[in-house]
Amino acid sequence: MHGDDTRPWTFYAFAAFFTLFVLFLYGPMIVIYILSFQGPNGGMTFPLNGVSLHWFSALVSQTRVGDIAGSFVRSIGLAAIVAVITVALSVLAGLAFRRRFRGSAFAFYLAIASLIMPGLFVGLGIALTFRLLGLPTEWFTTGLGAQLTWTLPFGLLIMFAVLGRFNRSYEEAAIDLGATNWQKVREVTLPILLPGIIGVALFGFTLSYDEIARTALAAGARNTLPLEIWAMTTNVTSPTLYAVGAVTTIVSFIVIILALGSIAIVQRRRAAAGMRTE
Amino acid sequence: MAIVNPAAEAFAASDRAEPEAVEYPGERASWLQVAPLVVVLLLFFGLPMLVVLAVSFFDFSRTEIIPAFIFDNYIELFRSEVTLRLYASSLKFAAIVWAVTLVLGFNIAYFLVFHVRGLLFQIGLFLLCTVPFLTSNIIRMISWIPFLGRNGIFNQALQGAGVTSQPLEFLLFSDFAVIVAYVHLFTLFMVVPIFNSMARIDKSLLEAARDAGAGRFRVVAEVVWPLSRTGIALGSIFVVTLVMGDSFVVRTMSGGQSASVVSALQNEVAALQYPPAAASAVIMVIIVTLMVAGILRVVDVRKELAG
Repeated sequence: MHGDDTRPWTFYAFAAFFTLFVLFLYGPMIVIYILSFQGPNGGMTFPLNGVSLHWFSALVSQTRVGDIAGSFVRSIGLAAIVAVITVALSVLAGLAFRRRFRGSAFAFYLAIASLIMPGLFVGLGIALTFRLLGLPTEWFTTGLGAQLTWTLPFGLLIMFAVLGRFNRSYEEAAIDLGATNWQKVREVTLPILLPGIIGVALFGFTLSYDEIARTALAAGARNTLPLEIWAMTTNVTSPTLYAVGAVTTIVSFIVIILALGSIAIVQRRRAAAGMRTE
Repeated sequence: MAIVNPAAEAFAASDRAEPEAVEYPGERASWLQVAPLVVVLLLFFGLPMLVVLAVSFFDFSRTEIIPAFIFDNYIELFRSEVTLRLYASSLKFAAIVWAVTLVLGFNIAYFLVFHVRGLLFQIGLFLLCTVPFLTSNIIRMISWIPFLGRNGIFNQALQGAGVTSQPLEFLLFSDFAVIVAYVHLFTLFMVVPIFNSMARIDKSLLEAARDAGAGRFRVVAEVVWPLSRTGIALGSIFVVTLVMGDSFVVRTMSGGQSASVVSALQNEVAALQYPPAAASAVIMVIIVTLMVAGILRVVDVRKELAG
């Protein structure tokens, strides 16, 4: 790239700009995590009035803040289901797009339309459909379907990116060596795609876990966690709100770290085995 | 050709005239593989959208929706002065947020692609930008409350520094707060596609431009910007559709003082006025589609992805 080691002045300007942007992204979040440890008499902003776990215990003990525990369990369960379905369906569909087939443009544009449709409209449509059919809306039926309209297009786009870098000659080699179709997929294709598949799972889980617009009208009577939190924003004016924010972000971070960690492990094993995927 | 770009294939396929008789090799396998995804999307997206369209022509009473084919919901919508104000408000937010996120996104992507050296460092900084996207939007929105509130950090700092003598009232629960939250939530959608476009630019083109005597600014304006068009277009589509389709941010951050088309629609749904809400949704989809088509007219994403 550059022959010399001196950086142009613009580098420092951009670096400062980037640092400010990262502060803008993370600063407010960090502040509410600090404020969630507010003392029992503390308010929604600084100064900290002592340090305590009061607002975290209030999450579990107070019933007036709503059904946090129940919605938390529902959201985790739903996110896990969404992640599994998203991985299965978008990996399959991704493989389909490697060949030419009639209707590929339709499938592609269906996914894109589903992605950019305002989420509330999707929820409204699902609620209306089930209402007209005389069926109830539930988080695990209509709620699940609503979230899939959001996670599946994302999964498909990630698979496109992953498959775009996929070198087919490994599969051809497997066939030449006498592998059956199924052996080829199981022992060559899927292992090579594994980091991308973990990425799809990560997106499926976290996008579901945080989804609100599509779920709002389609979840039925029992709320998911984001819906419960949104209800809290209108009637809870205590640091409980920050405590629930801290807890839910910790869950997100655990999931992100697990996913990135396992991708790193896969890559390291691969490097150790002397395999090259590029 | 060992390596195919599936997105480009899909785009290219839509351009070909496809004679019915010709069968591509392995086509049946592809259909089987893509079928589960298509079925789910048709069931929970395609069909519901058709139902919204149908219900927009329905009649309704206080408690139920009545199947009919009337245009009253649309006529009501076009007659109401509120409609125009709501669209003005939504378009204003979309325009401001688009401009701000474009400037931020372009510069951040530029920094990551052309200034950061070392792949690992680049990936690390890229992840730093994308991780918040995987955490709760509502929590990220709420996290502005202690900053912008009447006794919030900004006001405390401003008064502490003697810049203002009393707290600024316009920070929280205002259009300003709504825009800050939008920019905070959606800039990522601009950064990622522009980053992808820029990462594919051949660095030697920049060198060539510099060797030919172009200054820093001209290189960006005449080489980097045009070659990032696909990313800019995709990012713009994301940001514009996200802002136009939002109701949660505008409700929470404006404290109910501002409205958007979709937040008004949400009120109608809460009041069980489904047919007018459906009509409003149909009009909104048409307008958003026109906006997306407008962006695609300026930048032919299909050609550039396929090429």
